[in-house]
Amino acid sequence: MSTPGLSGGGEGPGTLTVASRLSGYLRGGGILIPVLTALIAFAVGGLVVLATGSNPIDTYKAVFDGSGLNWFFPWISSDDRSLAALNLQQTLLLTTPLILVGLAVAFAFRAGLFNIGGQGQYIVGSIGAVWIGSSFDGMPALAHIVLAIVAACVFGGVWAGIAGFLKATTGANEVISTIMLNYTALWAGVYLFGLGGPLQSSDPAQRSIPVSNDVLESARLPVFWGDPELQGLHIGLFVALVVTVLFWVLLNRSVTGYEVRAVGFNPDAAEYGGIHAGRSYVKVMVICGAFAGLAGALDVLGWQFRVATNDIQVSQVGFFGIAVALLGRNTAGGTVIAALLFGALISGTSVRNLDPSVFEPQLATNLTYIIQGLVVLFVSAPVLVTSVWGLRRRLGFGRARGAQAG
Amino acid sequence: MNVLYGLHQPDEGEVLLRGESVRIGSPREAIGLRIGMVHQHFMLIGVMTVAENVVLVSEPRKGALLDRDAAERRVRELSERFGLVVDPRAHVEDIGVGQQQRVEILRVLHRGADVLILDEPTAVLTAQETAELFKVLRALTAEGVSIVFISHKLREVLEIADRVTVLRRGKKVGTVDAEGATEASLAKLMVGRDVLFRLEKDTSKVAGPILEVGALDVDDDRGLPAVRGLSLQVRAGEIVGLAGVDGNGQSELVEAITGLRVPRAGHVRVGGRDITGTGVRGALRAGVGHIAEDRHRRGLILDFSLAENLALREYRRAPLSRLGLLSPKRMTQQAHPLLERYDVRGGRPETPAGSLSGGNQQKCVIARELAEEPQVTVAAQPTRGLDVGAIEFVHRRLLEQRDAGRAVLLVSLELEEIRALADRVLVIYDGRIVAELSPAATDEEMGVAMLGGGRAPA
Repeated sequence: MSTPGLSGGGEGPGTLTVASRLSGYLRGGGILIPVLTALIAFAVGGLVVLATGSNPIDTYKAVFDGSGLNWFFPWISSDDRSLAALNLQQTLLLTTPLILVGLAVAFAFRAGLFNIGGQGQYIVGSIGAVWIGSSFDGMPALAHIVLAIVAACVFGGVWAGIAGFLKATTGANEVISTIMLNYTALWAGVYLFGLGGPLQSSDPAQRSIPVSNDVLESARLPVFWGDPELQGLHIGLFVALVVTVLFWVLLNRSVTGYEVRAVGFNPDAAEYGGIHAGRSYVKVMVICGAFAGLAGALDVLGWQFRVATNDIQVSQVGFFGIAVALLGRNTAGGTVIAALLFGALISGTSVRNLDPSVFEPQLATNLTYIIQGLVVLFVSAPVLVTSVWGLRRRLGFGRARGAQAG
Repeated sequence: MNVLYGLHQPDEGEVLLRGESVRIGSPREAIGLRIGMVHQHFMLIGVMTVAENVVLVSEPRKGALLDRDAAERRVRELSERFGLVVDPRAHVEDIGVGQQQRVEILRVLHRGADVLILDEPTAVLTAQETAELFKVLRALTAEGVSIVFISHKLREVLEIADRVTVLRRGKKVGTVDAEGATEASLAKLMVGRDVLFRLEKDTSKVAGPILEVGALDVDDDRGLPAVRGLSLQVRAGEIVGLAGVDGNGQSELVEAITGLRVPRAGHVRVGGRDITGTGVRGALRAGVGHIAEDRHRRGLILDFSLAENLALREYRRAPLSRLGLLSPKRMTQQAHPLLERYDVRGGRPETPAGSLSGGNQQKCVIARELAEEPQVTVAAQPTRGLDVGAIEFVHRRLLEQRDAGRAVLLVSLELEEIRALADRVLVIYDGRIVAELSPAATDEEMGVAMLGGGRAPA
């Protein structure tokens, strides 16, 4: 196509985007790099703990126990086990949306796009789910759940699709537009559920609280492990795992995935094969947005049951998706493992689960953010450094040098 | 060559410089040893001026700041001494490729190099620019600079070099004096057997027109007219050579025919079917094969496996995909015979395309584009950067197309290539066909037409 915008801004292999470099680098390095990355991040986090005067080993042990992962150990006592079960339910509850927002970032990476908008897509997904979930009284349960989930996916997809469309038509950088859409989603949510907002709770007792209506019983996801009254584990985890399989099939075994990867590696060559880079960008972003929107829906329908403006403002789920995708090497399986790691970390450092005699839980929450930040830094830094010094070639990953004949 | 410039470390052996054994750990050390290298792909910063690029890393300073005047003086001084004329204040992105190469050479000279390594320096130059480069190189050797000139083009090597060393698969095959060597003798050293420069060609059995381009207007990326009212025909069973100096609308014409660029006016027909504006898929369906000008930018997805690359034309259809789902198994099954038939060496279907040598990458492109027996093949510089063995292979495949009664449009900057393959030669200048010549026409006749001196064909 002659329109430069629609051809994806003419990004040849000479001008690879940071996103596609990162993506290539991550897949090139095998399992070693993510494992090392995580270990180093935990080690540096341990130094921070040491600096506050606590024992890092005891702290990590307490975080591990707080995450409930000790449930898998056969030797713990039955009292410990029932506590561990509660903790593990919380960990998996947090892991569920992290898998999906991780996939939302990973899918974009594979197409050469950097989706920083997971948070905004997650929020609009929550809005869609709570809106449908709190309306339609008397609807059959299954239909109600499906409708609310579909609405959330559509909301998220459209939201992310805006960024894809802007990139395809005007060449607008998706990093900037998705960040901006995060703010737009956040403040739209604050408006909708704020005092006097169109979706604020209609319950007279809640007129002074900026919160949505509650999700009706018919739209709530069934709990399969633990007590529904005590935030047990809902079936959303299985939904997330099924979607992970879908992600893999879509990316590696579908015509769409082939096109997405082709555009991600080399938009010019993709175009030569008749693949429209601009259309691919829109498609990719819509799919990413649907993943993140689904994450919002599962949280709202699974355990939150309402959206408060305060929650929207402090939520970080979507941003964790970036670290999850990077650590998971943008692959399906890696994303699930990385999501579990971060889910355990968030849950294990929470005020409720961490033993305060070992480490101050208020500080421990920040430990999670420190480790998240370090993961992103360590995964990104080698790409930046090695790109600058041209070392990628020597280390054997990345594209081969403009090979000559012979 | 990368060892000499410190980019790679040798596993064994040593490098002697001025009689002493040296270890070169990095490009910085190479520069310290007065070794300079000009890469095939330039390493310049487009938004900076010529002078700034030249002095980069070893800038003359005024306090903490760059001394711009001193930098420009330095560039002028070097320019005059070696006859490398270039405006020190021009921005690198605004000057031509030939000029950019001069900037690269100036930079190396500024750092005091007296051993200069040039990697395929003429690959991007026109004949005119090459002649000027050679003048500069002669001036440099007269000043006592040693030059290593790496090239696939035998004629140029013979013209510029004093001694020629031939490498084959990383081994030195021999060193000969350029005087007394011939293209044929060098080619034999390179390939290990006699190479036919003139391919045996049967007379073509020409039939009706396959590709018809009529009154085509195409704009370039900046929206300026690049192809102006151009018409041409390629008939079944012939190879039409399109000769011209680079940048006279060839790329835009090729992109318009293959659907990558929408023409502003005019039409493209293949086998009588109008495919104007139907995009790449329209061209694919009509049976247009396209050997792209730049295999790294367009022809291949280097991170994809060979099987995936070979599927780029057909992945949407059965048997490679059904109901939107791909079959990697069938992609691999399809790749095996193609790799074998097109003699792609050094890779299996699952090997990433980027790890192949240039010649094998190009064979892979050709395998994909010719496998479906396209009605018309548009071959844009199909042998750029290839060694003589691979060139011969590509030429044979194109001739096969012709002999099978299909049409080939060959766009090339190499007159030799056009002469060897084409049945008719069209000369493009400033977006128009200015002459139709026989391949037997002299260099001079072609040269005059390529510079706009020809008459428009009747």
